[in-house]
Amino acid sequence: MIHSLFLVNSSGDIFLEKHWKSVVSRSVCDYFFEAQERASEPENVPPVIPTPHHYLISVLRHRIYFVAVIQSEVPPLFVIEFLHRVVDTFQDYFGVCTEAAIKDNVVVVYELLEEMLDNGFPLATESNILKELIKPPTILRTVVNTITGSTNVGEQLPTGQLSVVPWRRTGVKYTNNEAYFDVVEEIDAIIDKSGSTITAEIQGVIDACVKLTGMPDLTLSFMNPRLLDDVSFHPCVRFKRWEAERILSFIPPDGNFRLLSYHVSCQNLVAIPVYVKHNITFREGSSQGRFELTLGPKQTMGKGLEAVLISSQLPRGVLNTNLNPSQGTYNFDPVTKLLSWDVGKINPQKLPSLKGSMSLQAGASKPDENPTINIQFKIQQSALSGLKVNRLDMYGEKYKPFKGIKYMTKAGKFQTKGLLRGRAWDLKN
Amino acid sequence: PSSSPRHDDLKEMLDSNKDSLKLEAMKRIVAMIARGKNASDLFPAVVKNVACKNIEVKKLVYVYLVRYAEEQQDLALLSISTFQRGLKDPNQLIRASALRVLSSIRVTIIVPIMMLAIKEAASDMSPYVRKTAAHAIPKLYSLDPEQKDCLIEVIEKLLADKTTLVAGSVVMAFEEVCPERIDLIHKNYRKLCNLLIDVEEWGQVVIINMLTRYARTQFLNPNMNEDKEEKEKKKTEATAIVKRKPYVMDPDHRLLLRNTKPLLQSRNAAVVMAVAQLYFHLAPKAEVGVIAKALVRLMRSHSEVQYVVLQNVATMSIKRRGMFEPYLKSFYIRSTDPTQIKVLKLEVLTNLANETNISTILREFQDDHFNDKDFVAATIQAIGRCATNIGEVRDTCLNGLVQLLSNRDELVVAESVVVIKKLLQMQPEQHSDIIKHMAKLTDNIQVPMARASILWLIGEYCEHVPKIAPDVLRKMAKTFTNEEDIVKLQIINLAAKLYLTNSKQTKLLTQYVLNLAKYDQNYDIRDRARFIRQLIVPTDKSGALSKYAKKLFLALKPAPVLESPFKDRDHFQLGSLSHLLNAKAGGYQVLPDWPEAAPDPSVRNVEVKESVPEWTKCSSREKRKEKKADKPFYSDSEGESGPTESADSDTASGSESGSGSEESGSGSESEESNEESESASEEDEEEEGKKKKKNVEKIKARKPVPESESDSQPNTIASVQVFDTICKPAWLYMQFLLNPPLPVSVPQTIIPSGNLKTYELLHRITGEGLSVEYCFSRQPFSPDPHMVAVKIQFTNSATSEAKSLHVEDAKLQSGMRIKEFPEIEVLPAGETISVVMGIDFCDSTQAANFQLCTHTRKFFVSIQPPVGELMMPIFMTENEFKKEQGQLMGMNEITEKLTLEEKCQGEHAVVQRVTTAANLSRVPCGSDKECRFAGKTVTSGSLVLVSVVTKEDGAAQLTVNCEKMVIGTMLVKDIHQALTQ
Repeated sequence: MIHSLFLVNSSGDIFLEKHWKSVVSRSVCDYFFEAQERASEPENVPPVIPTPHHYLISVLRHRIYFVAVIQSEVPPLFVIEFLHRVVDTFQDYFGVCTEAAIKDNVVVVYELLEEMLDNGFPLATESNILKELIKPPTILRTVVNTITGSTNVGEQLPTGQLSVVPWRRTGVKYTNNEAYFDVVEEIDAIIDKSGSTITAEIQGVIDACVKLTGMPDLTLSFMNPRLLDDVSFHPCVRFKRWEAERILSFIPPDGNFRLLSYHVSCQNLVAIPVYVKHNITFREGSSQGRFELTLGPKQTMGKGLEAVLISSQLPRGVLNTNLNPSQGTYNFDPVTKLLSWDVGKINPQKLPSLKGSMSLQAGASKPDENPTINIQFKIQQSALSGLKVNRLDMYGEKYKPFKGIKYMTKAGKFQTKGLLRGRAWDLKN
Repeated sequence: PSSSPRHDDLKEMLDSNKDSLKLEAMKRIVAMIARGKNASDLFPAVVKNVACKNIEVKKLVYVYLVRYAEEQQDLALLSISTFQRGLKDPNQLIRASALRVLSSIRVTIIVPIMMLAIKEAASDMSPYVRKTAAHAIPKLYSLDPEQKDCLIEVIEKLLADKTTLVAGSVVMAFEEVCPERIDLIHKNYRKLCNLLIDVEEWGQVVIINMLTRYARTQFLNPNMNEDKEEKEKKKTEATAIVKRKPYVMDPDHRLLLRNTKPLLQSRNAAVVMAVAQLYFHLAPKAEVGVIAKALVRLMRSHSEVQYVVLQNVATMSIKRRGMFEPYLKSFYIRSTDPTQIKVLKLEVLTNLANETNISTILREFQDDHFNDKDFVAATIQAIGRCATNIGEVRDTCLNGLVQLLSNRDELVVAESVVVIKKLLQMQPEQHSDIIKHMAKLTDNIQVPMARASILWLIGEYCEHVPKIAPDVLRKMAKTFTNEEDIVKLQIINLAAKLYLTNSKQTKLLTQYVLNLAKYDQNYDIRDRARFIRQLIVPTDKSGALSKYAKKLFLALKPAPVLESPFKDRDHFQLGSLSHLLNAKAGGYQVLPDWPEAAPDPSVRNVEVKESVPEWTKCSSREKRKEKKADKPFYSDSEGESGPTESADSDTASGSESGSGSEESGSGSESEESNEESESASEEDEEEEGKKKKKNVEKIKARKPVPESESDSQPNTIASVQVFDTICKPAWLYMQFLLNPPLPVSVPQTIIPSGNLKTYELLHRITGEGLSVEYCFSRQPFSPDPHMVAVKIQFTNSATSEAKSLHVEDAKLQSGMRIKEFPEIEVLPAGETISVVMGIDFCDSTQAANFQLCTHTRKFFVSIQPPVGELMMPIFMTENEFKKEQGQLMGMNEITEKLTLEEKCQGEHAVVQRVTTAANLSRVPCGSDKECRFAGKTVTSGSLVLVSVVTKEDGAAQLTVNCEKMVIGTMLVKDIHQALTQ
């Protein structure tokens, strides 16, 4: 299936290659570079590129292109999903997935890639199995290894692959038994200038960090499971049980993993936690424009908005800005025309605002573009959809674990559009 | 090679006898390989270390060997013997890894060795080694395609493997080596369907794609009647009265649909897509809708995933538009989307457009994404397509596009012109003002394609703009020499058309233009000018054609059809690379059309009897372990036998409806229990996480257990203790105890409630209208685990209501105890109510006597348990069973010979009869001649072990081992009766 893999950095250098079958010359990447040159933005490179003898399927993560070379029919998603799994594994192993980290750990990377694919077909992709085979590098271990010459490769033969619960290692032991669950929700929304919601939807995940001895069997139930419109599970979750009882029952993998991702549909009314009012005016014939923007909390269930960040792509005609933020810092890049304002925390008593003037290119006509405003924020201790975990029980082990559940809401793709809708195309006329 | 001095130092390190030096050298070599540097000259020095003791050195040597063996074939052979030795290692993981590396060495000379190794590994006792064998098959095939026939034999053998570990890999091998041998799948079809949910995710994708193709060859089109109807509507009515057979879905077809559906919830996008395409290609129209939600979910994933999903949604939305309509908003375009995503979303939105939603969609189009040039073009084209497809909005679209003509951005204008041109072709009469407007644009617009389009329009409809057209030609003649080629061609075209319709005004202009063209640099334009002059200007030499010049130039031209590029792309299997590229990729297997008549469904029938695994060499202990590991973990093991039975009975619909009702039944039951648990646990809120002193036992007691699960409840404690001493295999069974994946998955222990024998406690006549029945529910009695649960059912057939039903004045043998049911306050006439009470019978069959009271009367009643109800099942492994049995010999063992009743021959029947007679659970057993059961008495917890060994001709031997001899004796009697009656 997957013939070879090339890692390409943003400046177009191949800095790692791996082949699972006969070697494919790296000149095959020239087709990729061509596409890369044609693309206006790094993410505009098409994920699938046909070449005379091969197909290139690539993903872009952390400004590295992972380019897989394929020779015959294979579901493209199969390759894409696998490549993302590779990136996740690297991130899990090295903390970050950067060119430097990969280069520093090139041997571990190679050992991992060797185990993850056999003849181009995925063999071991579960992080727990891999960690049994190849221990992640830590500073301590690196030091010890250089002194003693011992290895990163597990001495024991892996048994995980033989198990019916391949996602969990055997013989796990902890002195402190803990299970933490983070319910993290992201709200995606498009709001029009008048403040009405065009679309809004919530996607949530439950990320877990489980450090429990032995083979615990957990059940997690929700106060309001019916909120979950659409879910996808880690393979450990017993699907039948969920279907019948809406209870998550599972033997957890050891360590960090994503238990569940879910979706709360736009059919349910989603509370929008923040509002933005902006007014950008350009006068015909003048080289000045006015910029005014205020924002404030809307429906936040009493929790504060934090880490608020506003960004907007201003029209091309804007040369520079002279704005005055009531709090936080703002920045305008005259080259990319990107305005960003780091607001920080919103105090409901004193709403933050950003006001001032913009200077325009002399002689240029009035910019008619109404910029889109992107907003980022966080709300701690609250899941916007109202999802609540009811209880977590453990079976199969005798000790009492420490359990914790945390909630958080973040803005995903949250934007306010400049145009008032439905003017030019009003269909009633 | 130029850096040989450095390589010398590596060689030195590799030759040293210090592992740390070797390792350092290997690491540097691997880093070289990773950077694409040539390290082949180190081959001899590296390969020497293939048998190095240090495991990391060894692994890195393997990496090197696999990379360079092809280039250094002779030297590579030196390493082969190491792997051959590894193939015989007692450790399965070493055997597997030896095979893996051996089969990765691409050296033709070792093909026979590889073939032998694969064959041997395919019958290895370890499923992991067998999996590796499956992986090795495509490797060998690509090295030497001549081996195909031998390899097919191995594939056939491995396809019959029952473990989930092997399934995905062998289907992968099948797809690479012999995808055309669909006949190999028949016997394994049901097994693959049933194992699917437990196979690892990558294997699932491969299996689902293969089964899609299989189903297309074996089953009938579930939508055939609808499709036919559509066709028939087009035909005349007379032919429509063809008698057609009602469609009945093959149960195997249904099995596939049912077993793949849960995988729509997979976290793996490739699995979800595989199921989605399976449903799209195989499911009845009414059921395809379920995939929309899952596909929309995938759109929130990485942009590459979005890209592929949108491609497929674009194709699907043409054929099944209704499916995605509810998710319209999910396809709205964001300014942050990459261009290729925007364009695809636009495509989907255009496909979904209809009279009702067009206004929203147009508004979406109108939004300013105009900084992205590729996208602008796509948006305007999309508007054009909406306009052609939906008559109601044509004018609105056209007006909108005309407004865009005054846009500042030339690109927008140009693209609009092109689209307007196409739209106007549909009804030019009404739009002469638009044509006029466009004629004015020629002064400003510079984009060649747009200019050409305008000129064509004016030429084509010059009769609608008789005054303007010659003027445009005049202007164009002026600028002719500076125009681009496509514009020049259109100027010639315009001139010719005007000459034909209005020669008086334009004769000179036309000649001028033709003269200019005659001396153009481009030979196309020169040719065209010459050709046209001959055609339109009559001379003596001009041939017969010039008579028809007007017809040639001003013929009515068909309006262009604006079609989605995704139309009919579904002849490629969705989700495939070929579909995405809209071109057949190498190795693509065509998705066949449905057959006209279904092939024989009986080819998929398999004997239910499990064949004994063929590895005989291994010790019995290993064998057992493997068997356990093979057991499907989460899937319902019921499947294996289920569909086989249904296939035997030819009527498909019967079995289908049966399973359907079963599903709905369990659904409602669990919903009930769900509500219960919600209300019961309200007190301990989620914040409880911090209260770590929470007593687990307490929770267990308080938590109402859903009925299906409760059989195993009393055993929890026992098995937890067991767990500490035995490890993994036993743990598996505990899994079943704690969380039976499905009620049906432990058929040995659960007696369907319909089979519970009921006894009469109070007859209707004696009870004056109140009749009472009881049965032993075999549920654990949660308030006291030492009591037997007795389910009592009151029916009030009197005309008045009975009040305050309760138990009083129990007269019990010493030691016996009763836990009464809570008083029933009112039982209205004609109603029935059930309650559960617990009785500790002290492991004896003595009756429990008590009074049953209503508000008016008291009845003396008694409950006498059959001996089989005094016990509850426990789970043990074969080993433990043997061990325990060994300790209960002599007086504690009772053996009886018997002849099985005719209907009772066969394992299944024996198990059923024994478990009906006594509340025991089955113990796994290697031999199919013997059935074993275990339980313990409810009060004292004494072990009760039963084994039935069947011999030929229905002869059998029954053995009961129990510390309590009385119980043993009575149990033998009861089971004997059950098996022989």
